[in-house]
Amino acid sequence: MDFNDTPEEAAFRQEVRAWLDANATRKSDDTQSNRARNDDPGLLQKAKAWQDKKATAGYARMTWPKEFGGRGASPILQVIYQQEEANYLVPLGFFDIGLGMCIPTMMAYATPEQLKRYVKPALHGQEIWCQLFSEPAAGSDVAGIRTKAERDGDDWIINGQKVWTSGAHYCDFGIVITRTDPNVPKHAGLTMFFLDMKSPGVEVRPIKQMSGGANFNEVFFTNVRIPDSQRLGKVGEGWKAALTTLMNERLAVGLPSGGLDIDELMELARETELEDGAAIRNQQVRSKIADWYVQQQGLKLTRYRTLTALSKGQTPGPESSIIKIVAAPKMQDMGAFAMELMGHAGIMKEDVPFAAGFQAQWIGGAGFRIAGGTDEILRNIVAERVLGLPADIRVDKDIPFNKLTRS
Amino acid sequence: MNFDFSDDQKLLKEQVRKFLADKCPTKVVRRVLDGNETHADDVWKGLVDLGVPALGIPEEYGGMGLSPLEVCVAAEEIGRAAAPVPFDSSVVLATEALKLAGSDAQKKKWLPELASGKAIGTLAIAEGAQPPKPRNTRSTFGGGRLNGRKLPVTDGEAATFAIVLANTGGSGDRAVSLVLVDLTQKAVARKRIETIDPARKHAELTFSDASAELLGGEGEGWRLLERLYDAAAVYFAFAQVGGAEAAMWMARDYALQRNAFGRAIGSYQAIKHKLADCYVKLELARSNAYYGAMMLTEDGADLPLAAAAARIAATDAYDFAAKENIQTHGGIGFTWEADTQFHYRRSRLMALSLGGPMAWKDKLVTRLEQKNAA
Repeated sequence: MDFNDTPEEAAFRQEVRAWLDANATRKSDDTQSNRARNDDPGLLQKAKAWQDKKATAGYARMTWPKEFGGRGASPILQVIYQQEEANYLVPLGFFDIGLGMCIPTMMAYATPEQLKRYVKPALHGQEIWCQLFSEPAAGSDVAGIRTKAERDGDDWIINGQKVWTSGAHYCDFGIVITRTDPNVPKHAGLTMFFLDMKSPGVEVRPIKQMSGGANFNEVFFTNVRIPDSQRLGKVGEGWKAALTTLMNERLAVGLPSGGLDIDELMELARETELEDGAAIRNQQVRSKIADWYVQQQGLKLTRYRTLTALSKGQTPGPESSIIKIVAAPKMQDMGAFAMELMGHAGIMKEDVPFAAGFQAQWIGGAGFRIAGGTDEILRNIVAERVLGLPADIRVDKDIPFNKLTRS
Repeated sequence: MNFDFSDDQKLLKEQVRKFLADKCPTKVVRRVLDGNETHADDVWKGLVDLGVPALGIPEEYGGMGLSPLEVCVAAEEIGRAAAPVPFDSSVVLATEALKLAGSDAQKKKWLPELASGKAIGTLAIAEGAQPPKPRNTRSTFGGGRLNGRKLPVTDGEAATFAIVLANTGGSGDRAVSLVLVDLTQKAVARKRIETIDPARKHAELTFSDASAELLGGEGEGWRLLERLYDAAAVYFAFAQVGGAEAAMWMARDYALQRNAFGRAIGSYQAIKHKLADCYVKLELARSNAYYGAMMLTEDGADLPLAAAAARIAATDAYDFAAKENIQTHGGIGFTWEADTQFHYRRSRLMALSLGGPMAWKDKLVTRLEQKNAA
């Protein structure tokens, strides 16, 4: 056992480092100055420029076939690129959904002409894509969406509302799941399209989150006209297409990074005086630190097991399905506990070391436990796909969508 | 990145697994639990024939000279079967203690006998009610004679020799030494004691001027024990992972076949989420155990930290799977006839026998502090 690269991987890592050194600035040891400034108005333009450079050098989507600008490479090489890129000050994150989910769905269903038109600009960061799935009344039960698409000659007319659409405010295109037949059970009446986000009748409104940020949007469709040529898959087979998209979501391996973790908690516990001395000497505090350390290590090492499979050209096991189930509550609980160590001052936004960072975890953790699959849905997935337990009884399975009880 | 066992190691694992599935089904565990035998000698002999006790012993001492990784895969399978054999006592603790602290003569005498299954070794640390500490150790050794009383001692009846923690007159942590004592002599009295896990027999050992010798330096006992426990924590973690996985699948199989309110109980989220949590804890434990095995194999600087993490995660996974297995079974799971009790008993035994989670969490943070200071 070792954590070493194979000779091929090591050579590639050297190549990547040399390229990054020549094209980007390495992060300094000062973590504060490295934090990406999300409120920088020029960030999007910088990100687009970086994406173009990366795509031109062939690092943007290495696993894609050569005809689409990839290298037909093993996923492990893409991971190595990302590991190295994480050491440099480059703007990231605007293209993950488009390239990780939307374009792979296009590759499965769009025509060769359409792919010729759309893939390259997306890869080079010139056009950004979003995924329009969730709705106010359809979150975990995404097949329960109500946005309507009605046939009108060679076109479709779309009416309805999407929610939690990441990046819709700067996106150029989107893939959208709609209901084309409410007279059949819910999964059977769906159809997928792609559309220009600047189409008449599309209105994007930002959602202000509990954390204060606004990374997501509501998107309203009012008589939006889409040509039938932009349909992805057959009419009524939108669920199948949506599964293609969501399957690619699961391949996007990774953990939220950059937040405070055990090292900062230890430092806080060393510096905090409780009634019986430094917090780090308190057995309750030690017990909690140990539990979170074991989780932190467990997640990192579980990822190494997945990478090992990729490195050997094997399909990884289901072990990575535990990652968000563990990481999200850990983030929330550790943030809350760190604040508790600070006492009443833990509520203050300034003048208390680490307070802002741990408050951000405590707040952000509440959202992370929901985004991209709730704690509960993820447990269902583990129970059903890993342990082979039966799916829940679905009382709406055989009932036409328009006869269902609505929330 | 090569964070996995080799194909050869997986093959060995499969071999041990098949053997135990065939020769050590749950009815054998029950036989020992209900009966008088010290251990399942038929199963133990089979494991000896497979070479399990010899795996980690160097070739010059009659072993197979393989790495800790081979011992780890065997441990996982022993744990999965909840096998009533002297693996933890003899193959892990006694063997590792000899490798760690034994003189060449001691290794020459005992390691070949351990490898061939001729001898069974064990470790005798605790002396009843208080947690083992140098200041709580009343057994004494001097002038080649051991006196005192040790309990509980795993496989104390079946063992040929024991490695005993005894007071040798120093101060503080240097008050104690490890002492090797042949248990077949008249000056040793053995008495079976009742424990929570009758499938693993325990004894009280009384030494009255028993002939014995130091294992390792005088006053080194506590330091050696800590290093021994780090290695043992990794092997135990694999056994706990195996047991946790077995308990999880036992619960899952029952959840598929048991119906309540008109459907399989495994279709209710209360059951599904509980079993998903078993899986989550199991994978966290497995990943931490792998790293412990890796550090043990390369004798890495991270071993103390990795061993503590492996132990904490594996103890949590096994405890949780074992208790929720009973809960998933409902009333039938609480009967003497049900197989659920084997893992429930074994998980607690394994959680306590090297010191419980609270002590290991304290150790882990101490080691983390040391690492951060370095």
